[in-house]
Amino acid sequence: MTMREEIEAAAARYPSRRSAIMPALLIAQKEHGHLPGAVLEEVADILGVERIWVYELATFYTLFHTEPVGRFHLQLCDNVSCMLCGAEDLLRYLEAVLGTEKGETTPDGLFTLSTVECLGACEVAPVMQVGDDYHGNLDIARLEALLESLRAMAGQAVSAEPAPQPSAGE
Amino acid sequence: MFEPVLLRNIDLPDGHLLSSYEAGGGYEALAKVLREHTPDEVVELVKQSNLRGRGGAGFPTGMKWSFVPKQSEKPKYLCCNADEGEPGTFKDRIIMERDPHQLIEGLAVSGYAIGAETAYVYVRGEYVTAIRRLEQAIAEARDAGYLGRRVLGSDLNFDVHIHCGAGAYICGEETAMLESLEGRRAQPRLKPPFPAVAGLYASPTVINNVETLACVPHIVARGASWFRGIGPDKSPGPKLYCVSGQVRRPGLYELPMGIALRELVEEHAGGPLPGRKVQAVIPGGVSAPVIPETGLEVGMDFDSLAAVGSMLGSAGVIVVDDTTCMVKVATRIVEFFHHESCGKCTPCREGLNWAVKVLRRIEAGQGTAGDLEQLEMLCKGIFGNTFCALGDGAAMGLRAALEHFRDEFVAHIEERRCPFH
Repeated sequence: MTMREEIEAAAARYPSRRSAIMPALLIAQKEHGHLPGAVLEEVADILGVERIWVYELATFYTLFHTEPVGRFHLQLCDNVSCMLCGAEDLLRYLEAVLGTEKGETTPDGLFTLSTVECLGACEVAPVMQVGDDYHGNLDIARLEALLESLRAMAGQAVSAEPAPQPSAGE
Repeated sequence: MFEPVLLRNIDLPDGHLLSSYEAGGGYEALAKVLREHTPDEVVELVKQSNLRGRGGAGFPTGMKWSFVPKQSEKPKYLCCNADEGEPGTFKDRIIMERDPHQLIEGLAVSGYAIGAETAYVYVRGEYVTAIRRLEQAIAEARDAGYLGRRVLGSDLNFDVHIHCGAGAYICGEETAMLESLEGRRAQPRLKPPFPAVAGLYASPTVINNVETLACVPHIVARGASWFRGIGPDKSPGPKLYCVSGQVRRPGLYELPMGIALRELVEEHAGGPLPGRKVQAVIPGGVSAPVIPETGLEVGMDFDSLAAVGSMLGSAGVIVVDDTTCMVKVATRIVEFFHHESCGKCTPCREGLNWAVKVLRRIEAGQGTAGDLEQLEMLCKGIFGNTFCALGDGAAMGLRAALEHFRDEFVAHIEERRCPFH
């Protein structure tokens, strides 16, 4: 399905086109990675709603990103249950090992580090969400292994593309 | 041992599939209702059960349903609040991930009772697995005739749609959730009108929590008096308790309503970590005022917790041990409410901003003599002066921390440092 078709399918679930703005933004973000102004305008045009309605939702809800985020968005919960189970140490570790502070993206574009409010998985605190996946019962060793596997995944994705061959110049 | 009701399918390897749900008697309650009961009889049954809302407020569910006008020119809506965001709470996620049909059957029976043909389940966007499982379960239920036109050959037309949230705690507030469903920023509405009269798209609307709806098929199947026989008569039923924090066995526990908090924490959840002692417990998510260790005999039900100045809330039980600074915990909680304030009401938006600044400086050893009075003044200014309960929850939690752990706050100010560091 194209993005437009997906948005139309979502809109069919509501008696009002305006209700479909949130689902449309989620669809558009999946497609584009984030929501720059041009995408917001496209969503408004598809739904036939005011642009300001789209813009205000894109900037109100924290899961919408109007700025680019890294390939892997590390969302570490530091709310009470995770804090009590050591989330602060994990944040310090991530900031040190990535060389970036929370809210920032590594220069290679691989990781964006954020702290988030409760993810609703406190039985396995401390918890971090990466993309769609939850990672619980984290400690430094598990974080290390997780970062390694994410880096490997990124490396594989790159090498799956035909590697650019240096020109022989012959 | 308490025989699980809501969690009976939770450990089945394929508990989320229709075949598993049907094998355990699933959708028999829906069939029974359509065969034997009028909608009014279902409302009356739920009233008789004394089921109270599991989302936090504990409002009697049957009474809420009875506020929906019988005759309405507009369509009626059923909304399920699955925007589980109260810190320390994860029960609804586990129901949706591992037994989504239980929720769908609850929705169908409840929709029949109130006369709604459409339900929206508002699930927080982070719950990707729950959303996928729920989507799959809705598709299975449609194919099997439990949803859609002429449900099980009856006159009932009923369908369920999922609406994904996008990260806003305030959507747990029912009128903010309706605003969000209508495609607006999630800011609470002034009540009245109440949603039962003018809710979604200004139509009669019932909003129930996931766990509340999951109770409904069991009440139909086993009767109101069975339900009332579990726990206190005025606040009965099986209950999901989410235990987390500094405790040996964090997890989701299903036990009777009204169980002693001490039994829950020390016996079921295994008590504190080795060599430590419980200092305090937050009994119902961070909106619920903290209870010091000496108060753990309290029963975990709406009325018993209200009587000691706290609340059952979402039953997110967070255990704090004696190695943890309570000023730090209070600061983190107020930071959370400040972050999630929708910005509509000045006392909440500005008051929480001030409170965070004062709390942070106390925790950093830079508090001054008047700071505790300042915090109390801020609580007074917020409580009761906002559209919704977010500000109230923050103020009540902070007040309780100041009351029960005043010595820790004073020590920070007098010693000019955090005694725990």
